[in-house]
Parts: sequence; C-alpha cells; structure tokens
Amino acid sequence: MSTTGDVPAFFRSMGSDSPARPRQQFCGMFCPVEGSATDGKTLDFGALSACARGRGERPVIDRQTDISQPRKVEIRQSTGKEALQNLDDKRSDRLLIKGAKIVNDDQSFCADIYMEDGVIKQIGENLIVPGGVKTIDAHGRMLMPGGIDVHTRFQMPDRGMTSADDFYQGTKAALAGGTTMIIDHVVPEPGISLIAAFEQWREWADSKSCCDYSLHVDITEWHRGIQEEMEALVKDHGVNSFLVYLAYKDVFQLTDAQVYEVFSVIRDLGAVAQVHAENGDIVAEEQRRILEQGITGPEGHVLSHPEEVEAEAVNRSVTVANQTNCPLYVTKVMSKSAADVIAQARKKGTVVYGEPITASLGTDGSHYWSKNWAKAAAYVTSPPLSPDPTTPDYLNSLLSCGDLQVTGSAHCPFNTAQRAVGKDDFSLIPEGVNGTEERMSIIWDKCVVTGKMDENQFVAVTSTNAAKIFNLYPRKGRIAVGSDADLVLWDPDVTKIISAKSHNSAVEYNIFEGTEVRGGPLVVISQGKIVLEEGNLHTTEGSGRFVARKPFPDYVYKRIKARSRLAELRGVPRGLYDGPVCEVSVTPKAMTPASSAKTSPAKQASQPVRNLHQSGFSLSGAQFDDNIPRRNTQRIVAPPGGRANITSLG
Amino acid sequence: MAERVNRDRAQDDLPVYLARPGTADQVPRQKYGGLFCSVEGAFESKTIDFDALSVGQRGSRTPRTARRGTGAGQEQARSPASDSQASSPGAESPVARGRRGTDSPQAEMRPGGGDEVLQTLEDEKSDRLLIKGGRIVNDDQSFHADIYMEDGVIKQIGDNLIVPGGVKTIEAQGKMVIPGGIDIHTHFQMPYRGTTTVDDFAQGSKAALAGGTTMIVDHVIPEPGSSLMEAYDQWRQWADEKACCDYSFHVDITHWNDSVKQELDHLIKEKGVNSFQVYMAYKDYYQMSNSELYEIFTFLAERGGIAQVHAENGEIIAEEQARMLQMGITGPEGHVLSRPEELEAEAVFRAITIASQTNCPLYVTRVMSKSAADIISQARKKGNVVFGEPITASLGTDGTHYWSKNWAKAASFVTSPPLSPDPTTPDYLNTMLSSGDLSVTGSAHCTFSVAQKAIGKDDFTQIPEGVNGVEERMALIWDKAVTTGKMDENMFVAVTSTNAAKILNLYPRKGRIAVSSDADLVIWDTDAICTITAKTHNSAAEYNVFEGMELRGAPQVVICQGKIVLEDGNLHVTSGVGRFIPCSPFPDFAYKRVKARKQLAVLRAVPRGMYDGPVSEFSMSRGGTPSASARTSPTKQPVRNLHQSGFSLTGNPAPCGPPTPDDVPIRPAGRRIVVPPGGRSNITSLS
Repeated sequence: MSTTGDVPAFFRSMGSDSPARPRQQFCGMFCPVEGSATDGKTLDFGALSACARGRGERPVIDRQTDISQPRKVEIRQSTGKEALQNLDDKRSDRLLIKGAKIVNDDQSFCADIYMEDGVIKQIGENLIVPGGVKTIDAHGRMLMPGGIDVHTRFQMPDRGMTSADDFYQGTKAALAGGTTMIIDHVVPEPGISLIAAFEQWREWADSKSCCDYSLHVDITEWHRGIQEEMEALVKDHGVNSFLVYLAYKDVFQLTDAQVYEVFSVIRDLGAVAQVHAENGDIVAEEQRRILEQGITGPEGHVLSHPEEVEAEAVNRSVTVANQTNCPLYVTKVMSKSAADVIAQARKKGTVVYGEPITASLGTDGSHYWSKNWAKAAAYVTSPPLSPDPTTPDYLNSLLSCGDLQVTGSAHCPFNTAQRAVGKDDFSLIPEGVNGTEERMSIIWDKCVVTGKMDENQFVAVTSTNAAKIFNLYPRKGRIAVGSDADLVLWDPDVTKIISAKSHNSAVEYNIFEGTEVRGGPLVVISQGKIVLEEGNLHTTEGSGRFVARKPFPDYVYKRIKARSRLAELRGVPRGLYDGPVCEVSVTPKAMTPASSAKTSPAKQASQPVRNLHQSGFSLSGAQFDDNIPRRNTQRIVAPPGGRANITSLG
Repeated sequence: MAERVNRDRAQDDLPVYLARPGTADQVPRQKYGGLFCSVEGAFESKTIDFDALSVGQRGSRTPRTARRGTGAGQEQARSPASDSQASSPGAESPVARGRRGTDSPQAEMRPGGGDEVLQTLEDEKSDRLLIKGGRIVNDDQSFHADIYMEDGVIKQIGDNLIVPGGVKTIEAQGKMVIPGGIDIHTHFQMPYRGTTTVDDFAQGSKAALAGGTTMIVDHVIPEPGSSLMEAYDQWRQWADEKACCDYSFHVDITHWNDSVKQELDHLIKEKGVNSFQVYMAYKDYYQMSNSELYEIFTFLAERGGIAQVHAENGEIIAEEQARMLQMGITGPEGHVLSRPEELEAEAVFRAITIASQTNCPLYVTRVMSKSAADIISQARKKGNVVFGEPITASLGTDGTHYWSKNWAKAASFVTSPPLSPDPTTPDYLNTMLSSGDLSVTGSAHCTFSVAQKAIGKDDFTQIPEGVNGVEERMALIWDKAVTTGKMDENMFVAVTSTNAAKILNLYPRKGRIAVSSDADLVIWDTDAICTITAKTHNSAAEYNVFEGMELRGAPQVVICQGKIVLEDGNLHVTSGVGRFIPCSPFPDFAYKRVKARKQLAVLRAVPRGMYDGPVSEFSMSRGGTPSASARTSPTKQPVRNLHQSGFSLTGNPAPCGPPTPDDVPIRPAGRRIVVPPGGRSNITSLS
C-alpha cells in the first residue's frame, strides 16, 4: 500500500479536483442530483486512501490525539467580519467539519467536509475553503448522513381530532433525534380527492416543517378518478409511493381485487406499493367478540389484533405483489411472524421491503395490560406491539441481517385526553405511538452496541436504504459531494434516559419511558445549518422543503423491469376443436370465476378489448363468427408442424 | 425370541378378562339403532383386536386350541411371529413371487358344500365369508390372522376360528388384507349448468370398488341461495338409488345467512354430516368473504364440525383470468396461468389463520402444489389442527399437459386448483404424505366428457372443472409411495383409509380391520402390474389423466359389506346397495386438541380504575373506526350494541361488585370494577 506513486493520475487527483468545480444549483424538483452520482461516489474512495495513508506531501491533522479530549465538539465562530458577511447572505451558510470519520452505508473513512448552501461541496483533506467559515472540530467522531424517518403521521386528523405533534413539533423532535428528513403519510378521507388532500398536507408541512420532508399518499378508496389522481401525483407532484390498507374494515380497507388493481396501476406508474398489513375482516370479528366478552380496555386492542392476522395479511399482499410484479413495501412490521413472512418471500425472490418501527424495535406489548389505563392506551397502535417480549430483539436481528431494510417511527401520538375517547371501548382509541425522536438512538443501542450491526449497516437502515427505495439517493442518505448537507455527528458513548419529561413531543407519555439508550446525536446539521449542538435545538419553523421523488427508483425497479420482460405469456396454437359440444343452460353460472361485475378503473381502461361475456357467443355450440379468425393465437387452422387431431387420445 | 418367551410366560399371568377376549366376540352383534348410534362394540373390538393378535402369535390356550392345525392356511396364519423369519409368502421378494407362475398369486376361493350355499342364498343378509391366511394390515401394525365375517361385519379375527360349516373361504396365502379405501372427496353425478358429470353414483362407486375403495364421501353442492337440506335430500336420493358402496357426505356451504346456520345445525344433529366445505374461490358465486369464513368456522367449532376449504384466492383469480383473456389466451393453459400456485398457498395460509383464530379444525381439500403443502406442514409444526388432502391427480401427474396441442387432452386436466406445472410436485407431495404432513387422500373425482369440456373451447374459464382418480387412487399411492420406500404398508392404510375414518368420526367402524368393524376389505396384490388407460377404466370419461401410466400394486379381491365385489378381475357390483354412513360431530381425532385449547382460551380483562381525566371531543362522522362492520351478518344481530349502551360519560357508573353470573345478561362483568382486588390504581399517574 506504500505505492501511492503508482496510482494513476486520474485516481490520485480525485481527492482534490472536485472542490474546484462550482456546484450548480438545482433547476427544479425533478432535476437529478448533479455531479454527485458519479463524482461523489468515487471520490470517497480516494479520500479514504488518502486518509489511511496520510498523503505524503501534506501534513496530517492531529485528529488522532483529539479523541482523548472531553466529549465536546468545538465550534469555532469565524471573526466578526466574516460573521457579518454570513449574516447578510442567509443562503450561503458555510460550514466546515474537520477531522470526522465519515460513515456511509458502504464504508467509513476520515476526511474533512465542507458545505455551502445546504449542499456538500468538498470532501477530503486540506480543503481549500473561503476564509472565516464556521468550523466544527469533530475529533474523529462519526459523521453520518442524517436519518430519514420513512413513516410519520404528524398532524394527522382522526375523527375531528389531530395527532398531538404537528409538523413543527414533530420535525423538531425528529431533528433532536438525528433525523433530518421525514416522509409523512397523506391520509385522504374516503370521498376526498387525493390531490386536494395532498395539497392540504403540503400546506401544513410547508408552513411548519423544520426539516426536509416528502409525502406518501394513502389510497383509501378505489375508483377510476383515483387512478387518474395517482398518475397526476406521480407525474406532477413528486410522489412515488402509495399505501393501501388491508385493515380498517369499512373505512380504508380495500378488497383483494382492488389491491390487485391498485398494485397494477402502481407498477405501471413506477411507484412503490406500501401496505398496512392486517386482515381487517378478522380484526373486526375479533373486536366484536372481545367487546362481547366485556373486555373494553387497551388489552382488547392487542387481543383483537393477533400477530397471525398481521402475518396473514403480509403473506397475502406479497402474493398479490408477486402476481402483479409490483414492488411491495410493508409498513410497520410489528411481529416475528410478519417479519418471517417477509424474510421468506425475499428468499423466494419477491421484491419486498419491510419497515419495522421504533416501537417494535424498542418495546413490546406487555404494557397493554398495565393497570394504568392512560399508560396502556399510549401503546395502542396497529398492528399492535407484540406481547411476546422477545420480539424487539428478533426484529433487530432481522434488521441487522438485511431481511428488514428500513426503519420508520410511525410517529402519531395522541395525548391522553384524546385517547380517552376510547376509554370504554378500545376500538375507539386513536392509534399511534411516538418514536421519531428515539429512532436512531434505539437502533444504535439495540443493534450497534450489541454488535448485531456495524455503523455502516446502521446508516443503511436508518437512512440510505430509505433514500434508495424512495429514489432520493444519493441526494439524501449519503455523504458525498453534491449531496444535501444533512448530517449527524454521532456520539456512540453518550447515554440518555428517555422520558416524557425531556422529550420533544407534545404528549404526556413516552412508550420508551425509562429506557436507557447509549448513543445519540451530538450535532445535527440540516440543510447545511446547525440545528442541534450542545443539546440545544435551533429549529426554524417552515424551513423544511418538500423533496419531490421521481418514479422508477433503480433500487426497486431494475429487477421489476427485467421480470416484466420475462413475463410474456403465450397461448398454445391448437387446431380448432371440432367435436361435439354439450348444451348448457346459462342461468346459474353466468358469473363463473370470471371477472367481477364491479366496475373498477383498471378494467374500464381496457375497453378496446372485446367483452367476452357479452360476445355473440351462443350456447348452441358454435359462435356466430366461428369461421372468422379473430385472434391469430387462437385459431391457427394450419399450425406449424401440422394440425393436431384435437379429439384423438394424445 | 427371548422376548417372545417372556411374553408367553406373561400370558399365563394374565387376568381372565384379558386372556378371554379372543372368544368373547362370539356374542351376536346387535343391529344399529339409528343413524346416530355409535358403532356398537367399538370399544371392545379395540382391545380385542390386540388380543386377537396375541392369540394368533402364541396360540391361545382357549378351548379352540383343540381344533388347531386342521388346515394349512390356518397353520400359516397361526405363526405370524415367524414371518420375520421369512417363512411366510408375504415376505418373499417380489421378484421371486412374480416368477411363481400364473395361478399361485391368486387367492383361492372355495365355496362351501351345496347345502350351505343354499342356506346362504335364502338368507341374503347373512353373507358369511372367511379369509384364511392373510396378513392383516392396519395403520398401526401388521399381523397374520384369519378373518371371519358375517352380515357385513367382521365377527372374528384370529387363528383357528370356529366358523359355521360351508362358509365361503378365501385363501389369501399370506397376501395383505387391508381395510378398504375411503375416498374422502368425490363429486359423482354433480350437476353443472344443466349437465351432469359423466360418472353417476353407480358408475363412480363401481370405479371406486374396482380400485379397492369401499367407501366414498361425496360433496353435496347446493346452489347458492337454495336450501342445504333440499340439496342434501337430493343427493341422498341419487346415492341411495345407485351407490354400490357405502357413502357419506360433505355439505358445501355456498352462501351464508341465518337459515343456513339452522340447516347446518340440523344436518349435524339429525343428518349425520360433520364436515362442511367453504370456497375461497369462484368469485361472485361460491366465494365467501373473510368475515363469513370467520363466522362459519366459529359456528362449526361450536358444533363439532370439520371446516373444509377450497383454498384459492378467488379475487385475484378473477383478475388474472380477465388478464389472460385480454391477452388472447383462451386455451386450457390459461387455466393454470390464471391460477398460479401462489394463490393456492396464500388462501391456505389465510384459511389456517382464520381457523386458528376461531379454534376450528381445518381440512384443506385438494392440495395441489408444493407451496400449499409447505404451508400446511409449517402450520402443523406450529400446532394448528389442520389436515391436508392431496388428490390422486396431484400425487400422480403434473400440469405440463395443459400445454398439450390436443385441446381435448389438455382440457381433461382442468381442475381447481390446477395441477402444478412443476413436474417435481407429485414426488414432493408423496413425500409429504409419507411423512404425515399431509393426512388423507381423496380423488376429487369429477369427470366430464370431452363434449362437456368443450363448453369452454373458446374460453378456458368456461371449461367444467374436474379430473378422474377414484379408481386409480390406491394403486397410484402404492406405486408412488410404497414401492419407492417412502412409506410402509401401515402408513399406506393410514393415508388411504384410517385417517379419513378418524376425521369423519367413523373409526373404528371403517378404516380398521377389527372385530365388529365393517367387512370392507381389500386383499392387496403388491406385485400386480397394470397400465392405466381410458380404454379399460371404469369411468365413463373418454380421457384418463393417468393415461399410459404403469402401476405396480392392485387390489386382488375387494370385499364390500361382507360381499365379494371384485375377484379375478371381475366386478360384481349391485347398484343401490350402498348405505349412507352418518358421521357424528366432534371427532376425537380433531377435537380432543381443540377442546383442550378452548378451555385455555378464556380471555380476561384487566381490572382498572375508572378513567377520570379529560376526554377530547371527537366526531363519529367517519362511521366508526376499525370497529365492527356495518354489514348485517347473521351473528351480529343478537349482540348488544356496545356503542349505544346506557353508560354515561360523567364518571358515575352504576356500581357493580365483583363479577357475578347475574350481571352477565345485563352488562358484561369484569369491565366496571370500581374496587378491583388489590386496590384501585390511579389511572392518570405515570406508573
């Protein structure tokens, strides 16, 4: 490795050539991340080699010795003159982090990092930076891409109430925990236009969000208009993921046939199909049964949502996704058996992703039996936390081995007064738990500290995989030149006790109350600005930008595309059947297994096709157009290889 | 040997009541009282059976000993213990036996002297038959003994039986005598859009007997909306007129409402039906929703029925069918393409989930694919009470024929779920059957002529579904599973007969060779080789899905209701002699475990103090969150509406102490305990 001189010029120069190039501004929502996809990735490698060897000619910064210093990051403010300069140009927020160990999902390496205008401009050593830049001395601590919380429900309306954390409170909590981007769910009431709901959410989030955000849209009903709106959302509004519900019977739930159609549409649009996987029919039956037995407290919630019912729905959605060749994303993986189903499906080749949430990774469902009603109710979410106390450990293991890929929080807390709506009937308790703030620390504590995963895998499951699945990569989820300056300086040694007293959410209960976690963010940088340092949050309401996502994410669709090319089906060319045909009465089985009578968009879209049910087919054994070759696959009178005698014993 | 000596000695010490039973069965057997009368003497015969074995092994010291050694056949049968020492013909290598010539493998049948024949003739019912020198194979053991039967019932098993003179005697010469097969799934004479399957009960049960199956269980399929009872009566009428062997019924539930519930109750209690099939396929026709499945399973679990399920996701199939037709695929290959294996596995998984939620024993009919079998196997490993039924077709052939250029041939394979195009499937399913992961075998025999199949010549969804298999079932399993060494003869008996009898609660009347069991027996020739072809089969269909298959093993003699119906390759069947065998609910085989679980499954609420904190305002405009469905369904009506209870939210509940039975009708106990044991917890504090 001492042969630095042998490295070809193009390789050696990489560490230094990028800073010279000024980065172009993004042109619009759908502009690709400029220069980063190629430059950034290779650059890292060069920078790493530079760091590992200490590049001969330049002096090495004394970062090794700094590690022993007290656990505090020095942030050096520039001199008065430059500070003024910074002030009058708000957008050019320049920041230099020196001596950090940069952790991406593929490797870790030591380098300095310089960012400007919310974008990483240079990575390497001895960067040439303008004078008077704010500098953070990382002393060799880990610098990671900011977390992406793929599943939040801030400010979610539920029966006239709104979840306790709005976009401001929620994103503040996210930033406090090291998460610099959230993806929220738009939940249109059935009957409301998807676009209208989307615009409503945009408005809420734009005015309040403190960090970048994006939006999933939930499909809560299914008709022709919805399909058009989905197209519009994908093409014009930067949405590439839609959630369908297999639960919430008579409210959000879709039938299998509808799910099939939604998935077909999603695949054609190049989006990701998300699924809330629980069998709503069985849940409704169980809820009724349990209420009949006089069980009305929160324990009834978990009793009526058994783990099996979750696994069943996951299995069903995997089947439908396979049939439609649509990528599937299972939100809120809460139980071992559901995770197992996903793991098995992946082994069989299904394109499926599983998202455990902070709650399922960090706690279990034994609290539903708490004598304290308010505490028990605080854990109510669907699918529920598993009463099996070994579940969190199991899910963490699957997350570590890659069977589960991304983590969200499903942060949707309600305060006790709101929960109390269901004080006499568990099925009325609004559902949702907290977790956006605790997500990164919990996973670090449960997975990295225990040695289940390394820091790179940690970055993958908290940030990179999410960015890849939702087509944000490498703008988000990676520290590379040209990526957004959403960074977290991580302190693996800090310990903290989670408590509702100190958390940033607005609710009275924290489901992780009293959990001691090791590892937490020391400095959080969002859009190139320091939002957390020394435990102080400096968030700005409304500074969060909507990040548009394009369809056909490579990470997901490369395989799907290859499969759809293979999936061509062909009929068998046969001779015409000329034997006797039995007479049948049409009455009872007119509707046989064939397609449903319900009108659904996917079917109406295919109008050019001849309607086989209303064809001129007469039941006397011959069709009016028997001798007209309609479809050539079907009526080859002289097939290659001679005509098979169709009635002979073959 | 030493062990045998020990046991001999032990016999001397046996109490009288145990040493005696070998003869106790001489008491005349009582007639059945009615449909629901349990099998008389069933209890005795189980113990007796074992003793009969010991008698045979050791030579009992009962008075009959004196007459021992009168015949060579008896001599052989007397010493089964020595068959391991290779003296008995049954243990000889098949090759050697094959060379022994034409006459010897055949069982000799000696009619009694003229006098006794006349006697038999005038009393039709007392059809006396003695099988000498057979090796009796039950699902648990094999042993040598003679069998004497009278009036269609096995009267004696053992050595040196005392039998009336002039009995017809079959010399089994060491061949295996097995309980007659039970084909647990047939569709004879099934109406389909105005036509009927080509095999009616006479033709179908004849084919069954020809293959060694002495009982069939047919599916009653009421049209959706019509009465279950009427359909049942109709099927009874057809079968009573025509069936040549005993039969029983499953009833399919094709729609669900309150009156169906009453009919089910009646069928279970009065009509001897204990198994009901629901369909997860055939959208908009037979298909049941998940909620309906839940309710049906709950109902059956209460009444002791077995829930059978046709497992395929009908919704997705409908979508796929539409897609195939759009693509211009109209031939039989469209059938298998629109019903991929996964959809079967998915439905099996869902059915198991619902059955497990409702604590109902589940029976999956027609396991056609590896993945479906895997799901069943996994569920059994997790403790679910679930039985899987592969059928002759799935065990014997695969779905590659759907691509046959010959339309009529391809169409003859159309059945649902379809045969898997994966050619390794039959072998896999045979292995699962051998390992016990799949429990029983049926045939799903439902044959249509080519002309009938041609209804769907331009649209595969119109092809009537069903394959043959009732005749081939036993021989095929023997060939695929026993001759290959996957299972032994005892397991063979279990999967072809005994397990089915246990699930239907007919055991030990059927499915076992024991004293007082029905005289449904098959003398099995392990060496016979026959080639299956539509030219020689007993079904009326033009095609046989096993065409050209060479199978080793076949029934040599078939005895049904104590009468010889097959000998020397000649069938002597009588249409209409088949009796309906009523099945009683709560079969032990399935329900012992279910009952135990039911006792454990009692749920209890957490006693809590009243919540007295603030409550948010909320609107119910959304029509009630996840809670119960708005659709009316039969079970929902009598339930008290908990949402409209008289409970006021002012925090001043009606006082009610610890739960007492009196409270129950008014208000479920256990949810409003003001002073719970252990004191009231402060509900709003952080704990």
